[in-house]
Amino acid sequence: MTRVYLFKPFERFWHWCQAILIISMLVTGFEVHGTYRLFGFAKAVDYHTIAAWTLVGLWIFAIFWHVTTGEWRHYIPTLKNVAAIANYYSSGIFKDEPHPFRPSLSNKHNPLQRLTYLAVLTLLSPLIWFTGWLYLFYSSWAAWGLGGLRLEWIATGHTLGAFLMLTFLISHLYLSTTGHKLTSQIKAMLTGWEDLGDEAAPGKPH
Amino acid sequence: MRNRNLMAAAMAAIFFVATAQAATATPPVKLLKSTADHSKFKELDREFDSGPEVTKACLSCHTEAAKQIHQTQHWKWEFVNPDTKQVLGKKHIVNNFCTSVRSNEAACNSCHIGYGWRDDKFDFSVEENVDCLVCHDHSGKYTKPSGFAGLPVTKDTEFPAGSGKIVRGINLKEIAKKVGPTTRSTCGVCHFNGGGGDGVKHGDLDTSMDNPGRELDVHMDAKGLNFACATCHKTDDHKVSGSRYAPTARDKAPTHMRGEADKTNPDTCQACHGQAPHKTVRLNEHTAKIACQTCHIPAFARGGQPTKMSWDWSTAGKLDKDGKPMILKDDDGYDKYMTIKGDFVWKENVKPEYVWFNGTNHYTLVGDKIEKGDKPTQINHFEGSATDGKSMIWPIKLFRGKQQYDPINKSLVITHLAGSDGTAFWKNLDWEKAVTAGMAAGGVKFSGKVDFIETESMWAINHMVAPKEKALGCVECHANGARLEKIDGVYMPGRGRDHAHWLEIGGWALALLTLLGVIGHGLIRVVANKRNS
Repeated sequence: MTRVYLFKPFERFWHWCQAILIISMLVTGFEVHGTYRLFGFAKAVDYHTIAAWTLVGLWIFAIFWHVTTGEWRHYIPTLKNVAAIANYYSSGIFKDEPHPFRPSLSNKHNPLQRLTYLAVLTLLSPLIWFTGWLYLFYSSWAAWGLGGLRLEWIATGHTLGAFLMLTFLISHLYLSTTGHKLTSQIKAMLTGWEDLGDEAAPGKPH
Repeated sequence: MRNRNLMAAAMAAIFFVATAQAATATPPVKLLKSTADHSKFKELDREFDSGPEVTKACLSCHTEAAKQIHQTQHWKWEFVNPDTKQVLGKKHIVNNFCTSVRSNEAACNSCHIGYGWRDDKFDFSVEENVDCLVCHDHSGKYTKPSGFAGLPVTKDTEFPAGSGKIVRGINLKEIAKKVGPTTRSTCGVCHFNGGGGDGVKHGDLDTSMDNPGRELDVHMDAKGLNFACATCHKTDDHKVSGSRYAPTARDKAPTHMRGEADKTNPDTCQACHGQAPHKTVRLNEHTAKIACQTCHIPAFARGGQPTKMSWDWSTAGKLDKDGKPMILKDDDGYDKYMTIKGDFVWKENVKPEYVWFNGTNHYTLVGDKIEKGDKPTQINHFEGSATDGKSMIWPIKLFRGKQQYDPINKSLVITHLAGSDGTAFWKNLDWEKAVTAGMAAGGVKFSGKVDFIETESMWAINHMVAPKEKALGCVECHANGARLEKIDGVYMPGRGRDHAHWLEIGGWALALLTLLGVIGHGLIRVVANKRNS
């Protein structure tokens, strides 16, 4: 049995805080959107806003951490072996084949993860953030010279972001069960240590 | 020895404390707020046979008062809208309550602040024709019965002549000695009874506002702030601020300060509360598009007195089985049918309707072309839109009517309702005669035919401001089918009709397909796993 130390304390802290904040913003956001009633509109708006600013604070630390530790390199995209990963999820996983990617401290994410996380961090998050900020400062638009903006556009962009984030969350939650064991990857994000099973080389039956 | 000194000192201390307490315990002298006690004026210490005699006495000291009154809308009942140039005012407009003052002056003008406006021969330049008492009476005993052209009755009088009904005379001497600043009740004598009775017209003004509690009106709360009307409707030279014909729909001016010349309307909410009155930024942001009244007056007619919501004149004239005019009451005891007036609907605690309003209040006047169609004719229309940069979302009472019109000339008509003559509708129940007389009095062409047309009028809701804890919560508007459902031109979070449909369908489809995808994938894994092992 091989164990590998992947996630440092700050990284785990960042991940779980972010998870809680994003889920609570989805829950409150869709209430504000009018999808259901849970906390009541006023509270939902308040919680949503508090969670948003908390996430901003968290991200300031996270960006600093990624830059100073060089951890940002884990999100450098690559297409190498993407086909192998895709192949694994569409067929190998059902045949009990081992995962073609073996994470290490220097290379934590498989190529598909790299691409997905990079897209979430650099495309989806900014979409939500910028529309969210504009939403918050709606009454200042004219003063900022943005009088031509319409709340409809901003709200629609923000909602689009929410649907994409929800979709990411569903697939992310599921894919976290595809490690060596159902809970290996979740354990890794909790303890830092991921259980990779035995040393079997990719493709080799065991 | 020392002890005795101490005793003496203690005694002295007690004595001084006691006298000091006695001094502060003296009740303060109760003085009038005013510097003049009118009951001591010899000018008023005499019998008065008529209203104008009282006014002469008033003017002997208040030399400029009548000249000031002569300049006001309260006196002229005429208002030229500076934007639309429409000539408005009670003297000219037709509404969908009792329709028109013209040809009914003797009855309607009991609410004119003058004496003797019976017809178009009334002399508006006579100073003693000004009625000081109706606004300044503090005795509560002053009345101007309908039918006397605004004159008080000083001797018991049979009215209408030959009816056997006696109108009691009032003692003007007693009333003249008890005058003072206007009160809720003096303004209310007319403004609470607009449309011919308590609460009929406005919905946010009725006699429950004589002594309102905090729940009904947080400012006028008789046990609290106890505002008079004039506290907000600040008045100089007898010119009362505020207008229904040209209201301030959007006030972006700073608060009014003492000593500073006020260039803007002093009776708006913002004149005192400013532009950012809430503790939370989110609420202050709402003031960009929403009039204060929209959230802070959750309903009108809240004081126990219902208001009329509709009036159908077309059913008037039905007689009971004895061939006599009749009055039918609703469950609460309010008239729902009167032979002389038709059908009414009264309502209490009414949620307002909401419109974009930029302050331009456009009227349909006699002579303006109107068409019978799908939509009611608008007696007046609040103009405005989300995009004109001048409009706010306002609460209104929408009063629906069905009233007389000339189907040939396609015009609203002047209707002679009140009086004992041979043409007044309330006496003769004959529309052709009544409208012919009314139109003749107004000097307007009339085809001789009377039909009925559906109308609606808009009344801005400004009074009955609730305490802040009773202001509207978010979901009163931020929800489907809520109060602002019909308001166009704004995106409101929580209101389904604003959502982009492609995104709603696409977004949920994407999330659902992803969910189904991972469930399917997981199931295959489970099955494959079993087979492999």
